[in-house]
Amino acid sequence: MGRRHLCHPQDPVEGGEVFGLVDCNNFYVSCERAFNPGLLGRPVVVLSNNDGCIISRSQEAKALGLPMGAPVFRHVRLLERHRVAVFSPNFPLYGDMSARVMNTLGDLLPGIEIYSIDEAFADLGGFRHDDLPAVAGEVRSTVLRHTGIPVSIGAGRTKTLAKAANYLAKKHPARRGVCVLEARDEREALASLPVDEIWGIGRSYGRFLHGEGVGTALDFAMRSREWVRRHLHVTGARVHAELNGEPCLSLEQVRPPRKSICVSRSFGRTVKQLDELENAVGTFASKCAQKLRAEGLRASLVTVFVHTGHYERPERSSGGHLTAAMPAETRSTIDIVRCASVLLRELYRKGFGYKKAGVVLGGLAPDAASAVTPSLFGDGQDEERTAALMQALDTVNSRYGSGALRLAVESPSGWKQRQENLSPRYTSDWDDIIEVRT
Amino acid sequence: MKLVKIHNSSTLDFYSADVSAELALPLASSEIAAGFPSPADDHLELKLDLNRALVRHPNATFYGRVKGYSMVDAGIGEGDLLVIDKSLEPKEGDIAVCFLDGEFTVKRIGRQDGGLCLLPANEGFEPIPVTGESDFQVWGVVTYVIHKTR
Repeated sequence: MGRRHLCHPQDPVEGGEVFGLVDCNNFYVSCERAFNPGLLGRPVVVLSNNDGCIISRSQEAKALGLPMGAPVFRHVRLLERHRVAVFSPNFPLYGDMSARVMNTLGDLLPGIEIYSIDEAFADLGGFRHDDLPAVAGEVRSTVLRHTGIPVSIGAGRTKTLAKAANYLAKKHPARRGVCVLEARDEREALASLPVDEIWGIGRSYGRFLHGEGVGTALDFAMRSREWVRRHLHVTGARVHAELNGEPCLSLEQVRPPRKSICVSRSFGRTVKQLDELENAVGTFASKCAQKLRAEGLRASLVTVFVHTGHYERPERSSGGHLTAAMPAETRSTIDIVRCASVLLRELYRKGFGYKKAGVVLGGLAPDAASAVTPSLFGDGQDEERTAALMQALDTVNSRYGSGALRLAVESPSGWKQRQENLSPRYTSDWDDIIEVRT
Repeated sequence: MKLVKIHNSSTLDFYSADVSAELALPLASSEIAAGFPSPADDHLELKLDLNRALVRHPNATFYGRVKGYSMVDAGIGEGDLLVIDKSLEPKEGDIAVCFLDGEFTVKRIGRQDGGLCLLPANEGFEPIPVTGESDFQVWGVVTYVIHKTR
C-alpha cells in the first residue's frame, strides 16, 4: 500500500456530488510505449486479434487520418510511408498494466469504480472544491510515474458531465490532461462538445439529433424534457437530466463498447474463509460469462482481484490481482469459473479479512471472429480477401525486417502466428522482461 | 510462475509481478516425533515472503535483465535480475534504469560540471554526460539486484 489516500476523511464536504472519470490515453499504444519509450512521438497502432483492424492509435497515427477500426490492409501504403509502428495485441500486457493503473487509482482515491480496461469513475465528493484541479493533477502525475501510462481526468457534477469534461481534457492540450467542470462553466463546455460525443447518446441517436438541428451537447441540454422524452425515451431523458446537473445514471445504465467485462462487489463485511470467497468469485465469474454471451463475445483473459480494504494497516492488508490467458477464446461458464477459482487460490492468503473481490474478462472478440477457424478473419471471409490481407501484412512486415520498426518479436514471415508483431510479455514472462545494458 | 493445471489439464499462463505468489520459507519447524505438539507449530503460518520483502510497490515494480559489464563494481553483472521501482523519485547516487538514445541502460545517477551524468561502476568505462540533445528519461530506480551465485 505505502501511500494513503490524497484525501482525509475529516475534510469538509461542501455538499453536492463530484464525479471524476479517469481514462487512459490511447491505452494499448501507451502500454507498448511504457516499455519502449523510443516510440514516443512516432505514430503507433495496435491491431485487433488476428492482426485484422486498428484498435488503438497514438495521436500521431490519428493525425495521419488512420480511422479507428479500419482493416489494416487498406492502409498499408500509409503505414509504410510514415513508418508507423504496428503491434499485434498483447492482451496479457494490457490486462496487467490496467490492473496496475486501477490499483494505483484505488490507493490514491477514496472510491473508484472500474468501468472498463482503461477507464474508472471516482468519487471526488470528499475533496475541497478548490483543491480538485491539484488533486487531479497529482493523480495524473502519480499514475504516470508509477506505471508509465498517461491518463486524462475529467470531473463534474454527474457522471455524464465527468465524461464530457474528460473529452475536453483530451481535446485541448493546454489543459494538460485535466478538466474540472465547474457548474458555472458547464454551458460553455457543452457548447464545444459534439452531440454524438455525449456519453450514452450513440451513433443512431446522434444522427437523429443532427437531423433535428441539435449539433452540440448544449443544444441537447437546452431542449425541453418533454421533447427529449418523446424522441429519445427513458435513456435519452436520463442523459439529458445528467447534462443538466442532476445525477441519475448508474453505471449499468449506459453501456460502453466493451473492452472488458467486470463484475466485482464489496462484501460490506469481512470474509476470511477461502470457500466463502470462492463462492463469491465463482458467482462473479459466472455473471461475467453470462454478460459475455449476451454481448455475443468470447474472452481470452480472466483476471481475479481481491482486496482487504484500503484502511487496513499494511501488515494486515493483502490483495492483488492475477490474470490468466485461456488456451483458446472461450464463452463457457465452466472454463471461466474454473480459471477464476485457480487464480483465487493463488491470491488467497489465510488469516486475512477480505472486503472486496472481482472478476474481469479481457481479450474480448466477437463470437463469429473467434479462434475456432484458423483463417485471418475467421468469419467466413472468402479466400481472396484473406490472401490480399496476408500479402498486405507481409508487405508491412518486410518493412520491419529493414529495421525501420523496432520490433521485439522476430518471427519468420509466412503468417503462421497471426500475431506477427507481438511485443514481449514484459510483465509476465521471465524470458521477456526488459533488457537493460550497463 | 507459469503453467498451472486446471481440471481439464489445459494450461494457464500467469502474469504480473505478482506479490501474492509466495515464495515462502517456514520460519522454523522443529523436528519432533509425530504426536507431540510443538509450540512452534502454532506459528508455522508466519512465513518469510521474498516478494513482500523485495517488492514494496507492486503496482510500480518491474523487472529487468542485465547485459554488459559496466556496473560490475556495484555488484551488477551480466544476467543479473533488477528489481525496478518506478514510484521512487530518482536522486543523485541512485542506481537507475534510464532510457538513453533508444535503449535501456543501468547506471548510477551523478553530477558532473553542473549537469546530469550517468556513472559506470567499472574503471574501463567513461561517465556519460546527459546533454540537452540526448533522448533521455529515468525509467525507474533499481531497488534490488538479484545475482545467481551457482
